[in-house]
Amino acid sequence: MTATVRDAAPVAPPAPGRSWRDRLRGPSVFVLIAVLALVVAPLLLEPFRLGLLAKYLCFGIVALGIGLAWGQGGMLTLGQGVFFGLGGYAMGMYLKLHDAGGDLPDFMVWSGVERLPALWIPFENPVFAIAFAVVGPVLLAVLLGSLVFRQRVRGAYFAILTQALAAAMVILLVGQQGLTGGTNGLTNFFDLFGQDLAADGTQRGLYVVVAAVLGVLYLVAWQLVRSRFGRLLVAIRDGEDRVRFLGYNPATIKTITFAVSAGMAGLAGALFVPVVGIISPALLGVVPSLELVVAVAVGGRFSLAGAVLGAVVMGYAKTSFSEEFADGWLYLQGALFILVMTLAPKGIFGLAATLRDLLPGRRARA
Amino acid sequence: MEAIVNQLPIGLSIGAVLLLIALGLTFTFGQMGVINMAHGEFIMAGAYTAYLLQGWAGRQAVLVALPVAFAVAGLMGLILERTAIRHFYGRPLDTLLLTWGVSLVLQQLARDLFGAPNVQVQAPAWLQGGLGILPYNRLFIFALAVGSVVAIWGYMNRTSHGRRMQAVMQNRQLAAVMGINTGRVDQRTFFIGSGLAGIAGVALTLIGPVGPALGTYYIVDAFLVVVAGGLGQLRGAVIAAVALGLLNSYAEFWTNASLAKVIVFVAIIAFLQVRPQGMFVLRSRALT
Amino acid sequence: MRNSAWRIGAVVAVLATGLAACGGQSSTTGGGTAAAGGDASSIKVGILHSLSGTMAISEVTVRDSELLAIEEINAAGGVLGKKLVPVVEDGASDWPTFAEKATKLIAQDKVATVFGGWTSASRKAMLPVFEKRKALLWYPVQYEGLESSPYIFYTGATTNQQIVPGLDYLKEKGKKRIFLVGSDYVFPRTANKIIKAYAAANGMQVLGEEYTPLGHTEYSTLVNKVVQAKPDAVFNTLNGDSNVAFFKQLKSAGVTAEQMPVMSVSVAEEEVKGIGVDNIAGHLVAWNYYQTTDNPANKKFVEAFKAKYGPDRVTSDPMEAGYNAVYLWAEAVKKAGSTEVEAVKKAAGGITLDRPEGSVTIDGENQHIYKTARIGVIETDGQIKEVWNSGKPIKPDPYLKTYPWAGGLA
Repeated sequence: MTATVRDAAPVAPPAPGRSWRDRLRGPSVFVLIAVLALVVAPLLLEPFRLGLLAKYLCFGIVALGIGLAWGQGGMLTLGQGVFFGLGGYAMGMYLKLHDAGGDLPDFMVWSGVERLPALWIPFENPVFAIAFAVVGPVLLAVLLGSLVFRQRVRGAYFAILTQALAAAMVILLVGQQGLTGGTNGLTNFFDLFGQDLAADGTQRGLYVVVAAVLGVLYLVAWQLVRSRFGRLLVAIRDGEDRVRFLGYNPATIKTITFAVSAGMAGLAGALFVPVVGIISPALLGVVPSLELVVAVAVGGRFSLAGAVLGAVVMGYAKTSFSEEFADGWLYLQGALFILVMTLAPKGIFGLAATLRDLLPGRRARA
Repeated sequence: MEAIVNQLPIGLSIGAVLLLIALGLTFTFGQMGVINMAHGEFIMAGAYTAYLLQGWAGRQAVLVALPVAFAVAGLMGLILERTAIRHFYGRPLDTLLLTWGVSLVLQQLARDLFGAPNVQVQAPAWLQGGLGILPYNRLFIFALAVGSVVAIWGYMNRTSHGRRMQAVMQNRQLAAVMGINTGRVDQRTFFIGSGLAGIAGVALTLIGPVGPALGTYYIVDAFLVVVAGGLGQLRGAVIAAVALGLLNSYAEFWTNASLAKVIVFVAIIAFLQVRPQGMFVLRSRALT
Repeated sequence: MRNSAWRIGAVVAVLATGLAACGGQSSTTGGGTAAAGGDASSIKVGILHSLSGTMAISEVTVRDSELLAIEEINAAGGVLGKKLVPVVEDGASDWPTFAEKATKLIAQDKVATVFGGWTSASRKAMLPVFEKRKALLWYPVQYEGLESSPYIFYTGATTNQQIVPGLDYLKEKGKKRIFLVGSDYVFPRTANKIIKAYAAANGMQVLGEEYTPLGHTEYSTLVNKVVQAKPDAVFNTLNGDSNVAFFKQLKSAGVTAEQMPVMSVSVAEEEVKGIGVDNIAGHLVAWNYYQTTDNPANKKFVEAFKAKYGPDRVTSDPMEAGYNAVYLWAEAVKKAGSTEVEAVKKAAGGITLDRPEGSVTIDGENQHIYKTARIGVIETDGQIKEVWNSGKPIKPDPYLKTYPWAGGLA
């Protein structure tokens, strides 16, 4: 049942005979991007567009996790929205309590809640809130993963289970209006650590934080993938039973990976809230979770950079196409999807790699 | 007390709806490992078939539509299988994404063809009224579900096509070696599986909305029935659908609709802990 | 091969930055960098509804009536001698998208005002955007009250113009035992809170209160609960497609409008078509406007709407409220002599117009509208016949301050 595509980009150890120029190319490109993203973009873009880019980058962080779990580990998780939401709500709760300054948050007042629910009290502390945004999703993923993977639930079953989890989570959040704000979710935030959230400067600062977090997580994920752990993960993707016969426990490795991707989604959620100014159940249901998976597929699931690329490109495409022709967007999204899955299952990244290999003179080196 | 007794037939009728929407999936998913997210849109196609036939058959459209919807949805499935899905065997997760794209396109197509608002399908006069708490239209759906199960059982066990289908389901390579044209069998299975979605769509016009979003309301439930029942398992699907129907009915009775849905989801996740492959498992020595 | 990861990473960032930059630039050139509200001969106004997703069914109709109003105003010479130019955006039935598009309309297109929203969630998501950027939103749908933002005008009914009259009507008809059915979100929950307070103070009995998830289609258990409770009437705050399933399943359970009428507050002419007249004829609805409302302004509105969008289309309360919003804003601009937000807000209070629903007046204090409440019964032709009205426009009271029984609510 494991997804295998022939020639899935292998993560080869560094070849011993590589020249120092080859070795430096990667890092230098990374530094170039970092400069572009951290310095050039904030100077070039107007605040509104920069805010949008920050939003795409938040999705990029989630996509990075999906790339890790699905692209490398073969676990198609359709419930990343749940982890994203946990992180987002943790942050939202803190911001709400901070703005209320000792009173009840506005939505509780109109929902008829009279005392601050016990669940909310720890979130008055920003450190707790941010820690929870990461640790909460990780713990949930460990719990779910250790149950599910130990039972060797995998492939499609795992996908459908995570999808059901997302659906259940939405219903639960919507139903507890006094506790969660219901369908409205949490919105109307004013202040983050003393900074006015509406100010352009704050938004620019947030963008830089998001971009930096994405960069750091990318490095972490990249290190993970090229380590021994990462190679085991790919081995599990391509033949779980064989890895088990070799004496490894695939359940543990999969659970850890799943937890890492959940933590990334949670952190992305926590960053998303101050950037966009709202967290609501609509952001963590089945459809947004699937959309992100699709974005990863479009970008190229077998490489981490491809996953991030997919999220950013699809986010951008959604914004710009919906500004131009709202009705056609679904056709376009659907068609893009069908085309990518049939013609380029390795996504833009895979396509680019194929094209490059076709260039004269490249084949000999590859 | 009366209310509690009433929930029993209600639970069974919810089960019948679940069974109808999931029956087709059991086979496309079970035999071919295709996670067809467009299954919901085939259901929608069945419902719109009934709507279109109203112009010609009036109030009896629902009855006339059953065979027509089977053919329409079946053909749609066949086209999907021939043009796209057959390139994807062995990559079930990719079919999920592919068919999700297809489902988006079909939804938008329905919106453009029939308009975004819901349309109305009138129920035949003889389906008005009911026996106690159970309306005739629910009994009709129940009968339809039973009929479909019997027909499928007969097909699988009494026809040579059906036996070939079982052989492919059990071991594709071995079946191919024995001279079965597995591609042909796949087409047939996909046609029947999608056709059953069309029949479910016609039945759903009696109790629910008919609009472009129709499929999205049922798709997750349908998959859960299949997963709980076990892939390609007719009796698994029947038992799972009835059990989930009853669970839903009583959970909603004692709590509320939102919580009932959550309870059902949690129950399935818990159940898969005990039986990770669903209720019934196809025994196979194949390495996965 | 290994290098490619880095290289593609580079491509990502360059592309992202480049695209975003281009997007920004092309939109600015398209949107123009003119001063607030467009150039010398035109005024830009934003229209922000869901044109895709689950809410599109309803919101597209409001967009249509708002565009009609803009067209009519332009045909009559525009506002302050300038033509109105609508900038239409899609909220995609997704609340964060509403906030994003609202920001785009204000910051980039620099529209003079925005007409938009349907669900409470979309309004709550847009509210901080409008308040922080000091821009104007006209929200055209009945809602749950308990809100009064200085940067929003509410042209739909608040609770004392729809729900309270609906309850008055039931009480007057002797329907004292009621059952509450609603979708699980903010409007039904708040509405039901008000209904329960009203019931307690007016000798009515609430026999049950049930919520179902949005998009729920399985109502047999709920119908069983309702039937067992034997209420005199059902108060229905279900939204969207759920209404279709609910009414079909209620009908097939043998419940008739005579024995147990259902009073709905989110079912208008458009929804009746999808539910099927068979299934809903005879049940009650509470609104401020029906297509059949009899006055010259409505005749003109219905005719113009059908002429523009086709004879099969129907008009409904939210459509009319959106249509009014454009006219009320235009009137306020004329009075203020400017599109500047604070001036328009100041000028708006007290403006009275004859609209399809009858006379409407802007309450300058809470920026809601004086509206006449109307109870209707659904006829077999799919139209709604008015059976009761409040006689005169009711003063909007979003916090129900003038109702002693509502003391503990807000």
